[in-house]
Amino acid sequence: MPVLRDHDAVLPTRCDVAIIGAGLVGSALAQALSGLDCSVVLLEAKGDVGDATSKANTALLHTGFDATPGTLESRLVRRGYELLSAYARQTGIPVERVGAVLVAWSDEEFASLPTLREKAIANGYHDCALIDADEVYRRLPALGPRALGGLTVPDESLICTWTTSLALATDAVQRGTVLALNTTVTSAVVGAGETVLTTSRGSLVATWVVNAAGLGSDVIDQLFGYDRFTITPRRGELLVYDKLARQHVPHIVLPVPSSVGKGVLISPTIYGNVMLGPTAEDLRDRSDSATSESGIDFLLTKGAKIMPSLLEEEVTASYAGLRAASEHKDYVVDVDATQRYAVAGGIRSTGLTASMSIAEYLVAAIRDAGFVATEKTTLPPPPRMPNLGEESLRPFANEAAIAADPAYGEIVCFCERVTTGEIRDALSSVISATSLSGLRRRTRATNGRCQGFYCGADVLARLAIAVEGHS
Amino acid sequence: MLTPDVLIIGAGPSGLSAGTELVKRGHRVLVVEREAVAGGIPRHCAHKGFGIRDLHRVLDGPTYATRLVAAAQRAGVTIWTTAMVTDWSASAGATITSPHGRFLVTPRATILATGARERPRAARLLPGDRPSGIYTTGQLQNSVHLHHQRVGSRAVILGAELVSFSAVLTMREVGCRTVAMVTEHPRPEAYAPVAKAGGLLFRFPVLVGHRVTRIIGRAQLEGIEIENLSTKQRRVIECDTLITSGDWVPDHELARLGGLAMDGRSKSPIVDGGLRTGSPGVFAIGNLVHPVDTGDVAALDGRHVVASVEQWLASMPPMPSTVQLIPAGVLTWVAPGRWGEFVARPSRGRYLGWVGGFARFPRVTVRQAGDVLATRRLPWPAVPGRLFRIPSSLLRDVTISGGDVTIEVK
Ligand SMILES: Cc1cc2nc3c(=O)[nH]c(=O)nc-3n(C[C@H](O)[C@H](O)[C@H](O)COP(=O)(O)OP(=O)(O)OC[C@H]3O[C@@H](n4cnc5c(N)ncnc54)[C@H](O)[C@@H]3O)c2cc1C
Ligand SMILES: Cc1cc2nc3c(=O)[nH]c(=O)nc-3n(C[C@H](O)[C@H](O)[C@H](O)COP(=O)(O)OP(=O)(O)OC[C@H]3O[C@@H](n4cnc5c(N)ncnc54)[C@H](O)[C@@H]3O)c2cc1C
Repeated sequence: MPVLRDHDAVLPTRCDVAIIGAGLVGSALAQALSGLDCSVVLLEAKGDVGDATSKANTALLHTGFDATPGTLESRLVRRGYELLSAYARQTGIPVERVGAVLVAWSDEEFASLPTLREKAIANGYHDCALIDADEVYRRLPALGPRALGGLTVPDESLICTWTTSLALATDAVQRGTVLALNTTVTSAVVGAGETVLTTSRGSLVATWVVNAAGLGSDVIDQLFGYDRFTITPRRGELLVYDKLARQHVPHIVLPVPSSVGKGVLISPTIYGNVMLGPTAEDLRDRSDSATSESGIDFLLTKGAKIMPSLLEEEVTASYAGLRAASEHKDYVVDVDATQRYAVAGGIRSTGLTASMSIAEYLVAAIRDAGFVATEKTTLPPPPRMPNLGEESLRPFANEAAIAADPAYGEIVCFCERVTTGEIRDALSSVISATSLSGLRRRTRATNGRCQGFYCGADVLARLAIAVEGHS
Repeated sequence: MLTPDVLIIGAGPSGLSAGTELVKRGHRVLVVEREAVAGGIPRHCAHKGFGIRDLHRVLDGPTYATRLVAAAQRAGVTIWTTAMVTDWSASAGATITSPHGRFLVTPRATILATGARERPRAARLLPGDRPSGIYTTGQLQNSVHLHHQRVGSRAVILGAELVSFSAVLTMREVGCRTVAMVTEHPRPEAYAPVAKAGGLLFRFPVLVGHRVTRIIGRAQLEGIEIENLSTKQRRVIECDTLITSGDWVPDHELARLGGLAMDGRSKSPIVDGGLRTGSPGVFAIGNLVHPVDTGDVAALDGRHVVASVEQWLASMPPMPSTVQLIPAGVLTWVAPGRWGEFVARPSRGRYLGWVGGFARFPRVTVRQAGDVLATRRLPWPAVPGRLFRIPSSLLRDVTISGGDVTIEVK
């Protein structure tokens, strides 16, 4: 199964569809397109899939209750929720339906709750309910004082964003997609029947080109002669609290959304931690995922109001993600039949949920625009992904797994309870880990409260052996 | 061994010492350790300075660890390694995960000896990029001594505790130059002579009263921005390695999962002079209860706990009544945090505490029900970032019926 990674690996000379960007959206597109009888090449500038915005988000599977009714985003988030939930069950991507409580802290916010409920209905989501302050505190006993009431969103869920990218990309590769990592697209020349892409790994002739380049999607769009959107990276900083904080947070605690964005939430994570964030700040630099003093201060101030007891707990990690925001309120999803070019850009803050529906929608649009390919008659089954979810059975807790293979009982990363068996698997999987961060996203190793105090050196040693053995 | 008299969780100096003593007195003891090799933190501290108070010799860390393990094995302690307690409560027992399977151990008594770790970068809320090249001292020494990995060539050490100087020694061994030591405290936390010798010997500035405001470097660390706390001036120090040393937090996961009463400041389970926790038959020793002291002090906890463990095994007495010790003044926490009549004198006759402010000749005043029981000026300073020792003789007149006791340090 072709995953091109090393310098000397050569691209195929031509393909039916080239996809630029292997984030969630590009990976979902590759998975969908390689279900058709056509050749697909997935081009990714970085050394791994899902290594940009798709790795650093709040990882919620949204119902879309708060979208702007009538937009493509509203429609695709709803549909994406269904598609990804079903796919998660097939592949073992962990999902936890913890539900959300949107909390009103001022009279004004309280007054807006019924409108939010109507909006949810307009978005096709009917299960929101208004609750009074007593009920808010019954559901969230650790909430700070002076909440006035709330709105429940029972289907907002947690999901593992890392496993999602990996599952989709692995599935795509197993269906025949050629995944070219460390491959940056630098130019495109559109000809009569085909387009020549120049990449850092040589050139590639493609009939169709699909742009899923995230923060770089406007730049690729310009290669096709367009000037219709500009990406502004909108940074979101987050703090992750210790697992011992999880007891305070049974549900996702949402703020009332404002014109600026979804606001700061407190949420359990699929790994059993608690997350506080994100901030929203427009930047210039599209590669700046640093955290900032002001961002951290802002989050601590917000957190102290929403849930003071959370701040007594230890912080395990902090990170920042960049939303690919454009000047448009909606996604930029479009097909240009003449140039045999499609774009899925400006997927700001719901692209995890909508990844599969964006792919479904765009593939249909491409076929409508004249791309001819029939469904493959036989497809390999979707991959079964290693479980990173804290609430589902993990190898260390699985007696049968340990009995069959003692490596699943040998814990290396104590804080996250990651075993040598899982590390070995991640280093030899279809899209294997070749860096510490890649290994972290596949296993959780060193992601825990000690951040490598105990196991960092051991994990690095295992990685080094595997990587040197490869190259 | 699934129903030992005593289960000890953690095979560091404290757990091993407790195991050895208890087996010598005829009890069946199981020590479980999640690492592949028993010995705890000293396994990777290659420099000398271990064993002074318990073994009465000066050893390097690995030798010290090996001796404690050998002594325990000779005495007949069963030690399981690569065996992690992944779930525990006093009533249900301990679930152990190992390559041999999962086991439920239901002992008559349990000693938690899980140690402490340094706060890593994120827990210290250091903003900026997220490059590689940032380690705790623990990871640094693991890398260098157990895995022979390389670190960079220019290091800044954050913190100026004893462990920070241990990091400098490790750096020197692998040819990495320490270019500065940075601490928010107005004085280096380590003992003044060590600090002074350190500074002179190693020729790097100890920048007191500074904090780190930004980490710089996309892939590999390139530098850190620091701020002078009094002038607010900022500047960048170039470095490819940053050691976040000291700033300890106990490994209290099991203690909290098991619902033990905790000290909100030290984040340790609260114990009395006999190292009993708030849960009958459960004891806590070593750096878990006082983050952190030296290895020999942890080991002596392991001997000190024997009296109360034996009392429990013999008669399973109900929880004894104790009074709470409340820190005041610059004292932020004190361990033991409760006083009781049975084993009123803590290990080594010292209470261990942590202070939030400096006092050259600190005055310690002990009060119960408003009455001053004792007050004394101590000849050693109270320094933030290092343990402060309070002689237990100051608490001689505490009575069990007198109510809460405050210990004030000024
Ligand atoms: C703070 C934050 C919180 C969020 N929370 C949620 C949430 O809770 N739920 C949710 O559904 N969504 C959430 N999102 C949104 C979601 O993360 C994004 O919409 C989604 O990751 C977008 O995926 P993508 O594939 O479009 O982009 P990316 O993941 O950025 O992928 C684009 C890829 O294209 C590659 N690329 C770019 N240019 C080139 C080139 N020239 N050649 C080759 N490759 C190139 C990049 O390297 C990158 O890997 C959040 C986002 C942020 C930032
Ligand atoms: C860099 C450095 C330098 C030092 N230098 C000196 C020095 O020169 N002299 C000196 O005297 N002291 C020194 N110390 C301090 C000394 O190492 C400690 O005081 C001592 O190790 C504490 O012993 P302990 O038994 O409390 O904990 P630890 O040594 O930390 O042992 C705890 C053990 O419990 C195990 N454990 C934890 N949880 C579980 C679980 N759930 N299941 C199974 N096992 C578990 C851990 O793996 C660990 O092995 C230094 C420490 C450091 C970090």
